[in-house]
Amino acid sequence: MSKNPEFVKFDKVDKSYDGKVLVVKDLQLDIAEGEFITMLGPSGSGKTTCLMMLAGFETPTHGEILLDGNIISNIPPHKRGIGMVFQNYALFPHMTVYENLAFPLRVRKVEKDEIDKKVDKALSMVSLNGFETRMPAQLSGGQQQRVAVARALVFDPAVVLMDEPLGALDKNLRESMQYEIKHIHESIGVTVVYVTHDQSEALTMSNRIAVFNDGKVQQLSNPAELYEKPVNSFVAEFIGENNTFNGEVVDIDKDKCKVKLANSEILANPISVKSKGEKTTVSLRPERALINPTDKMDNMFTGKIEEVIYHGDHTRVRLNLLGSSEFILKVPNSTSNLELKVSQDINIGWNSVDARALDPK
Amino acid sequence: MSSETKQILTTDGIPLEVSLKKAEKKNKIKAFLLVAPLLLFLVITYIFPIGDMFMRSVDDRMVTNMLPKTFKAMEKWENLEELPPEEVYRGFYEDYKLLVEKQEHGKLGQRLNKEKNGFNTITKRLFRQIKRNKIDESISIKEQINKIHKRWRNVEFWLAIKRTAPPYTMAKYLKGMDMYVASDGSIAQVDEDRRIHRILWLRTLEIAFFVTLFSFFMGYPIAHLLATLPMKYSNLLMICVLLPFWTSLLVRTASWMILLQQQGVVNDFFVMIGLVGDDNRPEMMYNKVGTYVAMTQILLPFMVLPLYSVMKTISPSLMRAGKSLGGTPFVAFWKVYFPLTIPGIGAGCLLVFILAIGYYITPALVGGASGTLISNQIAFHMKTTLDWSFASAMGLMLLTGVLVIYWIYNKLVGVDNIKLG
Repeated sequence: MSKNPEFVKFDKVDKSYDGKVLVVKDLQLDIAEGEFITMLGPSGSGKTTCLMMLAGFETPTHGEILLDGNIISNIPPHKRGIGMVFQNYALFPHMTVYENLAFPLRVRKVEKDEIDKKVDKALSMVSLNGFETRMPAQLSGGQQQRVAVARALVFDPAVVLMDEPLGALDKNLRESMQYEIKHIHESIGVTVVYVTHDQSEALTMSNRIAVFNDGKVQQLSNPAELYEKPVNSFVAEFIGENNTFNGEVVDIDKDKCKVKLANSEILANPISVKSKGEKTTVSLRPERALINPTDKMDNMFTGKIEEVIYHGDHTRVRLNLLGSSEFILKVPNSTSNLELKVSQDINIGWNSVDARALDPK
Repeated sequence: MSSETKQILTTDGIPLEVSLKKAEKKNKIKAFLLVAPLLLFLVITYIFPIGDMFMRSVDDRMVTNMLPKTFKAMEKWENLEELPPEEVYRGFYEDYKLLVEKQEHGKLGQRLNKEKNGFNTITKRLFRQIKRNKIDESISIKEQINKIHKRWRNVEFWLAIKRTAPPYTMAKYLKGMDMYVASDGSIAQVDEDRRIHRILWLRTLEIAFFVTLFSFFMGYPIAHLLATLPMKYSNLLMICVLLPFWTSLLVRTASWMILLQQQGVVNDFFVMIGLVGDDNRPEMMYNKVGTYVAMTQILLPFMVLPLYSVMKTISPSLMRAGKSLGGTPFVAFWKVYFPLTIPGIGAGCLLVFILAIGYYITPALVGGASGTLISNQIAFHMKTTLDWSFASAMGLMLLTGVLVIYWIYNKLVGVDNIKLG
């Protein structure tokens, strides 16, 4: 079976609530069949609005949304056949787990035997067999979450939407649920559109991530590319940790440029700068800068340690480097570790290819 | 197992339970002192008056105190089909003479007349004989009294005196249900054309039921709108709902009178749009219609507020979930939203029904003859006939009715499921 690469399509979608501010601007997004796509962004970036438009609870102000080639903008939510997991689970508190799961099947007039079978299957998928007669209030947060997932999947929808479903869980439970949802997705191959503001959740679970800011998709790519190769300073800043230098391009060729900072110059990888004289923000991941590098690196500087924070598997070191005291280093915790002490001077080096010169902040 | 059942001691060796009680005691006293004023207030203004009402409604000691010797003598009256023996007559004569001296004989006559028609006449005859000193105490009193009027020779009248002997009576309660104790002691119904109270009870229930129903159908959408509108609009709407609360009940009822009367605003409007002819204006006041309209409007906030407080807690995502799972808007409403509002419906309906059942001023003003309720009858006996004991009895019957409704309600809905806000 060939997968439709444009199973869900946002075609030039605009959305405004008050006729003055656009919450979603000219959104162009294709989601392939069976894909796990995450909409990631800070609150107010328009990601939940996109999800609500897809579910049918909001109408696009302009543009069309297509599901499997059909325009769905005029189809009411209950006819779209899209499963949804809500932020606060939205389990029906007056129904048992079984009744909650049977609800979408009953409204579709599925026969009793078939309902039993499907509910049983959905519950075993989230390993909650035997909880049929419980009320939602008698379940823990994690269990409620699983019921919500099972309910969104029990009627075999083509697309499942998840609106920050793990936001209310504690950290450990959240992580194990992330894997569980990922495995369910892999085993049944349903298309999932997931909304979150938690970047590690997005990186763990998704095939592709759409980073939203200010009503626009800033970058749409797979997790690795998003982290390694952010295309602008917002994405670099939002995903993972980041050291930045603001400066001006003084020299540029094909794969290197020289950026002048307040009182020094560094070499960087020109991503979104084209010519001399442009302002730029250089972004460098903390783990790409090494202490006392053995290889020859094209950026070598000396900094003073301001703070050392022990994190178990790694140590974070804050340095005063190139006039900024916010430079962060991540040092893996290994036996060959050096003694790091505050106010000690150390040599730092990184390759210019890792220092990405992006648009100025 | 043994370690579980063993008494746990604190480090000082005091049993844990004792220590806990000691520690809690201070808090308990504090808590009690906080509610004590309210408790006292309730006892003085609620429990005590209700007890007094009850006493009043069953109290029948007046005759008992007035005719002590008669009732003492009546204990020896064995054959109740014949006139009582001489001792009873003598006792009655002595009691009555004492009453004449105290000028209380009139009260007795009235009271006995209630028990048996025609008593007033014959006690007055007896009074005149005593005044003129016509009774000779040295010979048989029985013969002398029997000569005064033929009714004194009728055993029924003596039986009526005997019935008033017990210091307590249920007669007022029976009267409230259009029943009375017949001369043979059995409970009988009053004549059909004199049964007014039962009609009033039924009408009260009917009006309370329909007012509750109308309030529910009008209040539910309002409460829903209040709970779902954005804050700035819902505040305005809330003020509109509460505005009647801040207006005097009398003023509101009077304004309904202006609206509903035959030359009133509503009728003028109907005539203007040609719905009814000018000479054929419908009566919307001084009948049930007026009572329904005015009471529904006045009691509406009591329906809206509990509903609103429950609806406010229902997450809008539940309706969305219902729809996204394939339920039409109606199914989502009926299967998801509506069941969750039942606690509010329960509270609102109970509140409105109980308030409506005892409503007084509005039916009195706009109800006319066919729209008055049992409370108007109670007020009538309080103010006009001054039969306080009957008013008390009906008041207690109303209270009992409310408690019974509450009990049935508890069985059906469960009080735990009621949310008053």
